Amino acid sequence: MKTIYLDNNATTQVAPPVLEAMLPYFSQLYGNPSSMHSFGGQVGRSLRQAREQVAALIGASADEIIFTSCGTESDNAAIRSALHAYPDKRHIVTSRVEHPAVRSLVSHLAVQGYRVTEIPVDNLGRLDMDRYRVSLTPDTAIVSLMWANNETGVLFPVEEAAEIAENRGILFHTDAVQAVGKIPINMGKTSIDMLSLSGHKLHAAKGVGALYVRKGTKFSPFLIGGHQEKGRRGGTENTSGIVGLGKACELAAQNMQPENTKVKQLRDKLENGLLKSIPNSRVNGDRSWRLPNTTSISFEFVEGEAILLLLDEFHICASSGSACTSGSLQPSHVLRAMGVPFTMAHGSIRFSLSIYNTEDEIDFVLDKVPGVIEKLRGLSPYWNVDKMVCS
Amino acid sequence: MWEYTEKLKDHFLNPRNVGEIDDADGVGEEGSIACGDALKLAFKLDENGRIKEAKFKTFGCASAIATASALTEMLKGKSLEEAEKITNQDIVDYLGGLPPEKMHCSVMGRQALDRAIANYRGVSGEAVEGKIVCECFGVTEKEIEKAVRENNLSSIEEVTNFTKAGGGCGNCHDAIQQIIDQIRSKSEIKPTAKGRLTNIQKIRMIEETLEREIRPSLRQDGGDIELIDVEGNRVLVATRGACATCQASQQTIKNFVEMKLRELVTPELVVEEVAQ
Repeated sequence: MKTIYLDNNATTQVAPPVLEAMLPYFSQLYGNPSSMHSFGGQVGRSLRQAREQVAALIGASADEIIFTSCGTESDNAAIRSALHAYPDKRHIVTSRVEHPAVRSLVSHLAVQGYRVTEIPVDNLGRLDMDRYRVSLTPDTAIVSLMWANNETGVLFPVEEAAEIAENRGILFHTDAVQAVGKIPINMGKTSIDMLSLSGHKLHAAKGVGALYVRKGTKFSPFLIGGHQEKGRRGGTENTSGIVGLGKACELAAQNMQPENTKVKQLRDKLENGLLKSIPNSRVNGDRSWRLPNTTSISFEFVEGEAILLLLDEFHICASSGSACTSGSLQPSHVLRAMGVPFTMAHGSIRFSLSIYNTEDEIDFVLDKVPGVIEKLRGLSPYWNVDKMVCS
Repeated sequence: MWEYTEKLKDHFLNPRNVGEIDDADGVGEEGSIACGDALKLAFKLDENGRIKEAKFKTFGCASAIATASALTEMLKGKSLEEAEKITNQDIVDYLGGLPPEKMHCSVMGRQALDRAIANYRGVSGEAVEGKIVCECFGVTEKEIEKAVRENNLSSIEEVTNFTKAGGGCGNCHDAIQQIIDQIRSKSEIKPTAKGRLTNIQKIRMIEETLEREIRPSLRQDGGDIELIDVEGNRVLVATRGACATCQASQQTIKNFVEMKLRELVTPELVVEEVAQ
């Protein structure tokens, strides 16, 4: 049976042209870009091209791009650099729904004595901008807010938030790992100082990411070592990964239109179809302001891990915000921050699409999911078929 | 992805003995929808006092469903005395193992069985209860003690894996450590008995009361109310529609919603509105 991959916010397929671009760097083009000989030098030229491709996708200039190993490294580098640049400031502002790459880092920093403010969201996952405005203080070293939420796809108004921070003289970082390549981004027109992106979320390989650092922003390296990346990130470059990331960014720029029309259409078809065919289901998050490829749907009175494993029988890949899938005992912090009722939170499923999904696949999923939910509701002591509680 | 055994997967994909028994001799419920898993177990005895039929309904993950299915199979043909001797480890062994983080599923099965047998013997749920230690998951002192004894647990993490206690806010970690220490030093702990509804009953009754008694009146005024969570006797709700912006909604919640719930569910309930 064919795998139907609807888990693209977890990771994506390496695009065939990206793989093709990468392969020579595993074999004949194995030189070190820092070498003085032209054998290594030619690899250095490829890295420059990749830097330009990445910069072009987000409207930046090439020297504002630092290659890293992943989104998590980019987030760590950005936030720690800001704290290092302003050693007298001890306050960090972030949100309640950040990815663990930011969330766990700031809790770790809180233990070390930093004060952390987590801005709440409303029940549609929208940032409380009033709370955000009043949270900024002269002691605030950095604001870190995600551009798009990985679980719900909901977008934060980071450009507006960055402008507010800029007016107060505060550095602004955004974890844009889920947004880059899916929605248009033009750093030339924003006040955002730093932006994290990750290769494997946009059809490049795992193990490569980038950090955008606005020209003129104070930056101190996270990995200290050689002079690579102009001394901003030590360590011999992941040449194949970086070349692949460059290619993936070039493709993403080309695919932005289909992403926002074809992928969005398929997502909407899937979402509306499921809501229609399955009673007591609802979408988590602001449907009017989110990524084109993501939907988080809750099916009341059933548990997410069980849903995923039954979908797995049909080779359908998705993910869940339920407690059981994470190994923790509580549903996802994102759904809890949004006040999703517990009858819904445990039964949440995230479908995240890519340009490689087809209408046939969506039809197949629409055909299979209702039976899965019905089977599990038939096992559930809370579900009363005759009454349809909570309808 | 969890490493589940083939037998566990089989019991998940093809659960045995799903359903309820209309004239059951014993019924036991354990867990709650807030905790993420719950089990309702029922059995019927034959003329010789042996379990003729055992059925279950489960809300929960694959291992919660599979452990319940396995337990019903294990119960068939057993006398109650034999059934009582089934430990959560026996259920785990029957399935060929469970990931450590999922051991609480087997404990849930064991506890539902305790309750069903107590129900048959006419002992009210109170005897099986005890002081709540973990507020997040409603786990009692007695349940933790039992899991520690039967599975020889020695750390808070293990207690969390087996009972869920301590897996939420973490406020009860000291209390759990005390229980572990006391049991390991073999000192006596006297649980205080206190009657209460099971979580399943309580939540279901609250939902039903909201739907039947409360929502229709609120909807007349263009408002609505949503149940967000139940923590012990704290009922957390959010107001919707006109209620969300109404100045008097706080009074409505206290004088109408809370009063109704106290009257129709249990007098100890306190209704709180959570900010949305």
